[in-house]
Amino acid sequence: MLDDKDRIFRNLYGMEDWALEGARARGAWDGTKKFIEKGPDWIIDEVKASGLRGRGGAGFPTGLKWSFMPKQDSPRPHYLVVNADESEPGTCKDREIMRHDPHLLIEGCLYAALAMKAHVAYIYVRGEFIRERERLQAAIDQAYAAKLIGKNNRSGWDLDVFVHHGAGAYICGEETALLESLEGKKGQPRLKPPFPANVGLYGAPTTVNNVESIAVVPDILRRGATWFAGLGRPNNTGTKLFCISGHVNNPCTVEEEMGVSLRELIDRHAGGVRGGWDNLLAVIPGGSSVPCLPSPACQSLLMDFDSLSALKSGLGTAAVIVMDKSTDIIRAIARLAYFYKHESCGQCTPCREGTGWMWRVLDRMARGEAQKAEIDMLLDVTYQVEGHTICALGDAAAWPIQGLIRHFRHVIEERIDAHQANAGGSDAVRSAAE
Amino acid sequence: MSVRRLDINQPDGFSFSAENERWAANQLKKYPKDKQASAVIPLLWRAQEQAGGWLPEPAIRHVAELLEMPQIRVLEVATFYTMFNLSPVGRHFVQLCGTTPCWLRGAEDLKEVCRRAIGEPGRVSEDGLFSWTEVECLGACVNAPMVQINADYYEDLTPESLEKLLDDLAADRDVAPGPQVERINSCPMGGPTTLLNGGTRQAGQTKRARATSKSKPKSLRKARKDGADRLTKIKGIGPKIENQLYELGIFHFDQIAAWSKADVARIDESLRFKGRVEREGWIAQAKALAKDSGGGS
Repeated sequence: MLDDKDRIFRNLYGMEDWALEGARARGAWDGTKKFIEKGPDWIIDEVKASGLRGRGGAGFPTGLKWSFMPKQDSPRPHYLVVNADESEPGTCKDREIMRHDPHLLIEGCLYAALAMKAHVAYIYVRGEFIRERERLQAAIDQAYAAKLIGKNNRSGWDLDVFVHHGAGAYICGEETALLESLEGKKGQPRLKPPFPANVGLYGAPTTVNNVESIAVVPDILRRGATWFAGLGRPNNTGTKLFCISGHVNNPCTVEEEMGVSLRELIDRHAGGVRGGWDNLLAVIPGGSSVPCLPSPACQSLLMDFDSLSALKSGLGTAAVIVMDKSTDIIRAIARLAYFYKHESCGQCTPCREGTGWMWRVLDRMARGEAQKAEIDMLLDVTYQVEGHTICALGDAAAWPIQGLIRHFRHVIEERIDAHQANAGGSDAVRSAAE
Repeated sequence: MSVRRLDINQPDGFSFSAENERWAANQLKKYPKDKQASAVIPLLWRAQEQAGGWLPEPAIRHVAELLEMPQIRVLEVATFYTMFNLSPVGRHFVQLCGTTPCWLRGAEDLKEVCRRAIGEPGRVSEDGLFSWTEVECLGACVNAPMVQINADYYEDLTPESLEKLLDDLAADRDVAPGPQVERINSCPMGGPTTLLNGGTRQAGQTKRARATSKSKPKSLRKARKDGADRLTKIKGIGPKIENQLYELGIFHFDQIAAWSKADVARIDESLRFKGRVEREGWIAQAKALAKDSGGGS
């Protein structure tokens, strides 16, 4: 288990003071001026050397992302945008950072802003997090009052931090949809290229980072890149906030080392699977978008980017959704399909029409009212949606269904058989999947 | 996508209150010159709050005018983002998360409670107090199942605790947001498995930290001569906690009223009831009670 002294989020549960005084007692804002004086290249190099990969789901190396910002001086301003639109089902880690350790995020903004030569940062918080937004704003006000940020602050790099909020749209977690939303439009993703680092917010160079990615930077600088790189496994370094939800005895959020075993997460921190480990049916290891894994694969599963992608799943946001044997797995995935149907922005036809189509078919399959041939048809449609849309929401809608069919095809078939047996052996009427 | 339309019944007009107008002008300062459209979501949200929880069509036009945006652009935004309620809602607007993590832990049963206690989703109860709707993931999955009522999250619900919550709200009784079971935020039930020695005394400690962790709330060896105050008068303190506080040398309201933030942290730690002091406003309650009893005698 990760040693307590190696934890970054030492007020994860809000048991201590979240405010400036408490944050400072935990080490925040210590040595700020010194790090700023070392300059942007040093910060980027440290973050690169730490091996930090973005904590928003895709796992792109954070230092590398920062280095894409234009180096030459130009009249266009640069922007740092923090993605706090946390809404991937299963994920509730950024919420804890914003309400219990907001100063780590604000301090991280300062270093990230210097690295990309930005003087303005926007933190885009999902609309539902009203209390979290108030808390974050209060922390920002404290930082301004203490001259830690703002113009002519004590660190020597001018930075204004503004809290902005959404109003209930999952898609705004996609970085270009977020930028559209921040500009006052519907959250519909932009085509890339151009990438935000060249044409982002208001047409200016912009980098969008997840809350957790930014909030770990101060500790990386303070304790050194080698400390962070020494935790976890090669190419999957550092610590990570894991959210364990679903059928466990004690659902919780916990900071652990990357590459921790799933079993340790569930048994040690979440009080075990409801009804014991043998009662495990499947887990969704990284938030709703990644394919589920059946219990045999969970036995010795390591929780990091590379281990999970080797199993055709993903670490995503490290939100572990546990399902025990009482779960109707078809309904569980159908409910996710409904989520994606609800959240599709409607811009690309494969996603707008496909998410609804996939949900309707899955809903019938959950009742057994389907033909076995439709399983392959459904799988085929998921591949027609995946990769054929502007953003990854289409992929995210397709993957859970692919995971279901890959590992639980027999459950769907049995359901269809049972339904047909109940219907007196005659073929079920195939209703139009319009 | 979800299809959303404006309500058939609309008020004649809408304009921001003077206070909200000032607030809106301040919001615009966050964004560069000529980029005032950025403020459209915050302004629509404020308009919704002013209108009593829903967004009437005249408010959409008002915001368009204020931001010098074409009305259709603001209408697009209002219909795209699902937190804008295009029809009236109850005074307590219950948004019930039904996505898989909550569904796995009994969100369907909570829906039944809402149906029984409030009615069909989207309909305002006859007394105007409640309406409810199912929403997609609210991002509190380790505290599932949960609902959001107006600005607050109520977590770790059971059909019974949701029923009680709705009853309490209907009767205008105080309710505490957050987990509705004995649990601290997203910490495992039964106590943390990490950070067992508190976060402050970890690496990165400063001199200030040591000073904070040493300071103790002022305790007394025994109660003053008129005897200890009945600390159970503070909402959230029961006989058990009262005894624990007595053991810590806390006998009077004025002692609690004088707690600093560090004191609260210490007490929270000793009681292993973390977060309650702040959440339940013990200090404010103690201040009022100390005043009533003549400064705690």
